[in-house]
Parts: sequence; structure tokens; C-alpha cells
Amino acid sequence: MAYKFDFGAIWEAMPQLLAAGLGTLGLAVAGSLLAIVIGIGGVVLRDSRLAPARWLVMSFVELIRNTPFLVQIYFIFFALPLLGAQLGQLLAGLGLIARPTNYLLIGPWPTAVIALGLNGGAYAIEIIRGGVQAVPKGQWEAGAALGLHRATVFRLIVLKPALRAIYPSLTSQFTLLTLTTSIAGAIAAYELFSEAKFIDSQIYKPFEVYFTITVFYFVISWFMNQLFQAFARRYFSYPTK
Amino acid sequence: MTQTRQAAPMILMEGVEKWYGQFKALTDINLEVNSGEKIVLCGPSGSGKSTLIRCINHLEPIQKGRIVVDGVTLGHDTKSIDAVRRGAGMVFQQFNLFPHMTVLENCTLSPLRTRGLKKDAADALARKFLARVQILDQAEKYPAQLSGGQQQRVAIARALCMEPKVMLFDEPTSALDPEMVKEVLDTMVELARDGMTMIVVTHEMGFARQVADRVIFMASGQIVEEEPPEQFFQAPKHERTRKFLGEILRQH
Repeated sequence: MAYKFDFGAIWEAMPQLLAAGLGTLGLAVAGSLLAIVIGIGGVVLRDSRLAPARWLVMSFVELIRNTPFLVQIYFIFFALPLLGAQLGQLLAGLGLIARPTNYLLIGPWPTAVIALGLNGGAYAIEIIRGGVQAVPKGQWEAGAALGLHRATVFRLIVLKPALRAIYPSLTSQFTLLTLTTSIAGAIAAYELFSEAKFIDSQIYKPFEVYFTITVFYFVISWFMNQLFQAFARRYFSYPTK
Repeated sequence: MTQTRQAAPMILMEGVEKWYGQFKALTDINLEVNSGEKIVLCGPSGSGKSTLIRCINHLEPIQKGRIVVDGVTLGHDTKSIDAVRRGAGMVFQQFNLFPHMTVLENCTLSPLRTRGLKKDAADALARKFLARVQILDQAEKYPAQLSGGQQQRVAIARALCMEPKVMLFDEPTSALDPEMVKEVLDTMVELARDGMTMIVVTHEMGFARQVADRVIFMASGQIVEEEPPEQFFQAPKHERTRKFLGEILRQH
């Protein structure tokens, strides 16, 4: 018997898919924000005068970029809480906390945001660093000559032109992050792909289900892109030569 | 030095040495600049003249010797570096304006951040100096919308907004198209007339003749000759100075 296309069944599942789509969008936005914070903070530490801070950031970047995201998110979700339990016991034993608490035991959705943020952040560090290096040394010197400290020069003088220089690469990195949210279902975080799998397992309409979420992913990704471009128009609108 | 010293000099350099790794960029630099004096520093490229003025505000740290600016001995500590930098305005060859800030924002940045001025006061200060370098009408524009000469005048105004005791100019006209050199030099001449203490690294010998109290010639990281402009141009003592002047003046 030939497969019968029936988008009517999808129509019934639409509320669930839309809700899960919002879950995906939420992961993408929260993960991207965290990744930007980690990216900028990482660059500051990576180029700081503190050698241990530099090593820490370099190791972090290498670790993230040379391991699969699926392993990273599993590690944070399944492995770290075991460490957290031990740590809680230890702290309670030392009398630092009233009773053993596992600070590393967190729910799937926050875990997914953290994993996405760390992963995207590691790539963002390298990208933003390239932008910082593209800013002429004279800009740092002019800031210093005006009596501003290094951190102030970075924040007020270097950061904006640096981000502007690498903005297209950063945008595509965040598109990738948006699409990577589909892996977060592996730890039962609420998002579109795992919801689609669940619906398909109930109605046996793989073509309709995966066709629909393909469109959804495309729209979400496009929306994120528009968001980034709108931000760029507002934030980077100064003229250059 | 032939002048008599009434007060402590504005800038004092004593036995200053600067190394870049194995390369010795400055050798035994001794220099005194009194308040209100205008010094022109010249010499062939690589002679250390830019390095010298960059040491004064600690853009380049020195390895040996002593630098005192307006009574503050420059150390490697933030406090003395801040104090010296806030008293010394610097103008760079490549202008180094901040591209994402308007002309006005370029000028108010330091007063707002280092002197704690309120926005109104900082704006008023910036407008005063922008008017003085005759570019007030461009206050709301971005650096990329200005010509090179205009940008350099903004850079001068930006440095003046720190209300510095001394102005350091590092080849301020070298990156300019010939037709824009004059507007920048005129601005500097006016500044000199108002009594600003200035150290200017330049090959503009007309400027040196017109405003310098002393012209210093450097070669291979050392001060070779130091004279008032009349002597310097008419009767240079050293062979290297004569050779340099011959080459420079032939081009003009």
C-alpha cells in the first residue's frame, strides 16, 4: 500500500508543534545571549595579563572545539551532578552549608541553555578575538594617551569596531547554534525536534511531521537572522571609509 | 642647555635608555623642557624620535633612566602613569580617532571618564576646543566623513580637551595629503602662540623655524644636536645634521 499524504493529522498536532517551536526559539535566544557573554568575557581573559586566565580560556576553547556537542551536553546533564553530589557532601562535612546540596543538578532546559552557551561561546571567543586583533593598535594607544585604563579602552573604544568587523561570522555561528538546539532533546529538553519525533511515533506520518518542522526550523533560523541584522543596524550604524 | 633654569622643568629626561629586545632604541637621552617651550624633534627614520616622545607618556616603557613630567616621576605603577597621561595630550600620525564615535563624542570621552565632568560641562569644553581648531560645524559627524586635515584637527581638539600641560605631536602631518598640511600646521602655530608647551616630531622645517625654541636632531637613538632654530639651520655643528638638513631641505 502506498503512503498516503495527510496534512490534516499535522493540523491537529499544530498546537504542540508551535509550543515546541517556541521552546526551540527560547533555547536559541538564551543560548546565543549566554554565548555572547562567554565570547566577550573569554576574549578579555584570553588576552589578559594573568597567565592562568589565558590558559584556562585556551583549554576551554580547545576542549569544546574538539569534542562533540552531544557528548558535552550529556556530560553536563548526567556526569556533572555526580560530581555535584560529592561536592555537596564535602561542603556539608566542612560545615560550610547546612545540608548536602547538589548544585550541579539542574533541569534539562537550563542544562541545554548552558551547553549551547558554552559551545557557542567557545567558537565566539575565537571569532571575536579575530575582530579585536583587527582593530588597529593606534586605537589602544589613543585611548591610553587619553588616560583611560585598558579595560575601559576595550569596552568603550575597541569592542564595537571589533564586533562590527566579525559580525557576519558571528551571525552564522549563531545560526549554527540555533540549529544545534535540535540536539537538546537528547536530554529531554523541551524543543521542536524531540516533540516532532514524539508526534510521529503516535500518528506515523514522518513525511508530514518532518516536512513541517523543516519549515519551522527555517522560519526560526530566518527570524534569528533578522534579529541579529536589526541589532547590527542599530548598533553598528556609524560610517567607515 | 644654555638657558638658565628658573623653575623645575615641565619635562625632564635623565639617562633614558629604551630597548626593544636586543635592539637599543634610545641611548642616554637627557632632555629638559621648560613650561611654554616648543621643541621640534627631527632626524632620519628609525632615529628614535617617535620612541622618545612615546616614552614621555609611557606608551613605551623605558628600561633605564628617569622621566619626570610636571613634577611626577614616571614609574611602572598605574598611579604615576595616569597622572602623567592626564597631563599630556598626544596627537598621532594616523589621527587615531575612534570611528564609532562622533567628533563631539571623541572629544568628550576623556573629560567624562578621567575627570568626572558632567555631560553638559564636557560638551561645552569640547565645543570650545572644536571652535578653536575651527571645526565646530562638524561636531556631529563621524571621523570617516571628514578629510584627513579635519580629522587631525579633531585629534588636536580631543587632546586639548584633557586641558593638558604639554602637547606631544608624533609626525602630525606625515599622513596628510599636501594640501591639508597647512591647516594642521596653522592650528599648531596658533596653539604655540597661546603658550602651550609642545614637543613636535616633524620634518616640517618651516614650522620649526617659525615656532621652535629649540630644534633637536636625533640619529641612531641619540640626541646629536640641540640648538635654537637660527643656529640649527644656519650653522649646524655635526656632519650628520648637515647631511640630514641637506636631504630634507632639498625636498622642500
